[in-house]
Amino acid sequence: MPKQRAMDVPDDKQDVSLLDYPTRLLPLKADLESVTETIGSIVLKPRERQPKAWFLAAGVAFTLLMIFFMAIGWLLWRGTGIWGINVPIAWGFAIVNFVWWVGIGHAGTFISAVLLLFRQKWRTSINRFTETMTLCAISCAGLFPLLHLGRPWVFYWMAPYPDTMGLWPQFRSPLVWDMFAVGTYFIVSLIFWYSGLIPDLATLRDRAQTRGKKLVYGFLALGWRNSAVHWQRHQAAYLLLAGIATPLVLSVHSVVGLDFAAAMVPGWHETIIPPYFVAGAIYSGFAMMLNIILPIRKLYRLDGLITERHLNNIGNVMLVLGNMVAYSYIMEEFMAWYSGDIFEQSSMAYRAFGSYGWIFWALIVINILVPQALWSRRVRTHPVALFFVALCANLGMWVDHFLIIVVSLTRDFTPSTWKMYYPTIWDWAMLFGSLGLFFTLMVLFIRFLPVIAMAETRELVSERNERK
Amino acid sequence: MKENKNMHGLMAEFAGEVELLAATKSAYDAGYRKMDAYAPFPVEALAEALGRKGTAVPLIVLVGGICGGLGGYFLQWYAMAVSYPLNIGGRPLNSWPLYIPITFELTILSAAFAAIIGMLALNRLPQPYHPVFNVPGFDRASTDKFFLCIETSDPKFDLPSARRFLESLEPETISEVTP
Repeated sequence: MPKQRAMDVPDDKQDVSLLDYPTRLLPLKADLESVTETIGSIVLKPRERQPKAWFLAAGVAFTLLMIFFMAIGWLLWRGTGIWGINVPIAWGFAIVNFVWWVGIGHAGTFISAVLLLFRQKWRTSINRFTETMTLCAISCAGLFPLLHLGRPWVFYWMAPYPDTMGLWPQFRSPLVWDMFAVGTYFIVSLIFWYSGLIPDLATLRDRAQTRGKKLVYGFLALGWRNSAVHWQRHQAAYLLLAGIATPLVLSVHSVVGLDFAAAMVPGWHETIIPPYFVAGAIYSGFAMMLNIILPIRKLYRLDGLITERHLNNIGNVMLVLGNMVAYSYIMEEFMAWYSGDIFEQSSMAYRAFGSYGWIFWALIVINILVPQALWSRRVRTHPVALFFVALCANLGMWVDHFLIIVVSLTRDFTPSTWKMYYPTIWDWAMLFGSLGLFFTLMVLFIRFLPVIAMAETRELVSERNERK
Repeated sequence: MKENKNMHGLMAEFAGEVELLAATKSAYDAGYRKMDAYAPFPVEALAEALGRKGTAVPLIVLVGGICGGLGGYFLQWYAMAVSYPLNIGGRPLNSWPLYIPITFELTILSAAFAAIIGMLALNRLPQPYHPVFNVPGFDRASTDKFFLCIETSDPKFDLPSARRFLESLEPETISEVTP
C-alpha cells in the first residue's frame, strides 16, 4: 500500500502512487490564507501588476469578436445566402459550429456535477473554470441556430405562447426538443455556476482594497456572511443541483444527436448517434479546457493548485472518451455493413473514399491516433505535449461534425441531387468570430472572477490538515 | 438590560474549525439557542451543533421538480391534443413518448430554479446589511477565521454571564456586535 501521502513528505519531490500516478492535490505549505491569496490576487491586484499577456489575449479575442459582429451584421442584412449552403446542403458551418460549441460546454457540467457526485476531490481546482467555459460555449452555440433561422428577429415563434395565430410549436419534433434542451442547459448551468460563486464573491468583497470593487463584489455576493446555517442550505442546494444536472448533461447532446438520428438521411439515421455525441461532446470539452487552462496555469503560476495530478487525471478521462469516439466510428462502419442497407453503405464509403475522403483520414489521425499518446504518463503530465494533443482533439471533433452533417447531405438518395459544399468567407468569419466571442468572455472571466473555487479549495486544505 | 436592546450579540473569534465546533457544542450544552457560527467553508456537523436538524431545501426542490414535470407535460398535451389537434396519418394526439424529452427538461429547469430561489429565500438573501459585518476582523470570516455569535435575542442571554462563558472557551478575541 502506498501509505506515504504527498502532504507528509518533507521535501518538495513530486509524490507518486504505487501505479506511478502523481498524487498531490495541493502545495505542501498551503494554508487557508495562502490558497485564498493565490486565487484572489489574480482578480484583485492592481492593473499595473496584471500580466501583459492578458492584454494581448484580450486584444486578439476582441478583434475576432469584431469580425463576428461584422459577419452577423452582414448576415442580418443579406440573409443566409451569404453562406455556402443551398439545397440539398441546407445545414452547413452554422450547424457544425452549433454542435461543436454545445459539445465543448459539456465538460463543465461533467466536471462540476458528475465528479462532485463521485466525490472526486481533484475537480475542485478546475470546476469553476469549466463551468464558466460551459456558459461561454453555450452562448456561442445558441447564436448559430438563431442566426440560421433566416429571420432571427422572430425567434420567439419557437417558444410556446398563446399567439394571435392560434399556433403552437410542434412538440413532437427534435428541433423543438433541442431548443428546450439547450435553453434549460444554459439556465441550469448559470444557476449552478452562480450558486457556487456566491461565497467566493463574498471573499472578494472582504479582500477588495478599493471601494468600487467592494461595492460591485458586495452587490453580487448578495450579503453572504458565511453563516453555518447558510452553508448547510447552500451545500444541500449545490448537491441537488449537481444531482439534477447529471442526467441533464447526458440528455442535452443526446437531443442534439436526435436532430440527426430522427432524420432519414444516410449517415444520420443511426441509433448510436446520441450516445456517441455525448462522448464526443465531453471529449472536446476536456480538450478545450486543457487548451485554456494550460496557458493560464503557466501565466498565473497556478501549478501548485492545478498540479500534475490534475493534468494526469484530465488526460486519463480524455483517453477513455477518445476511445469511446473511436469505438463509435468503428460501430458506424460495422452497422453500415451489417444492416445491408446500400444507401448507408455507399454513404460510409463516400465518407472515406469520396471527394471529402482526405478529411476523413485526417480526422482519424488527429482525433483517434494522436490522442493514443495519452497512454503514456509522461505525455499526460507534460503541459506542452498535452496542449498539442488537446488541440488535435478539438479540431478533430469539429471535423467530425463536419463529416457527419455536411458530407452526409452532399450524397442523398437520388444522384441528381448530389452536390459539393464549399464554405464562403462568411462561413469562416462566423467560425472564427464565435471563437472571438468565446475567448472574450473567457478573458473577462479570468480578469474579474476567481478562476478556482476558493471556498472549496479551503475545504480541501482543512481536510488535509485533519489527516495530518 | 437596556444596552442589550442596541446590541445584536456577542461574538468570539477562533483560530480553527475544530475549536469553533467544540465551542459551538459547549454553547449549545450551556443552553444557548439563538446563535450562529461563521466559517470560511462548510464545516461538517457545525449546523447540527447549532441545533439545526436539516433543511427544507430538498423538499422545495422536489416540489419544484414535480410541478415542472406536470406543467411541462400539460403544456404539450394541451397544445397538441386540445388547442390545435392535427391528425397526421391517424396517429394518436396524446403521443406521450414524444413528450418525454421536454417534460424531462422542464422538470430539471424548475427544480433548479426551486433550488436556488429556495436556498436564497430560506437564507433571507439578498440582505445588504447585517450587524455582524461591524465586528472588527470579521472580513477574515471568508478567509481563515472562525466566529461564534451568541445573539441578544436568546432568552438566556445576559451580557456579563455570556461574556464569562465565551471567555471560558478560550477564543482569540471577543467583541460586541453593534447594529
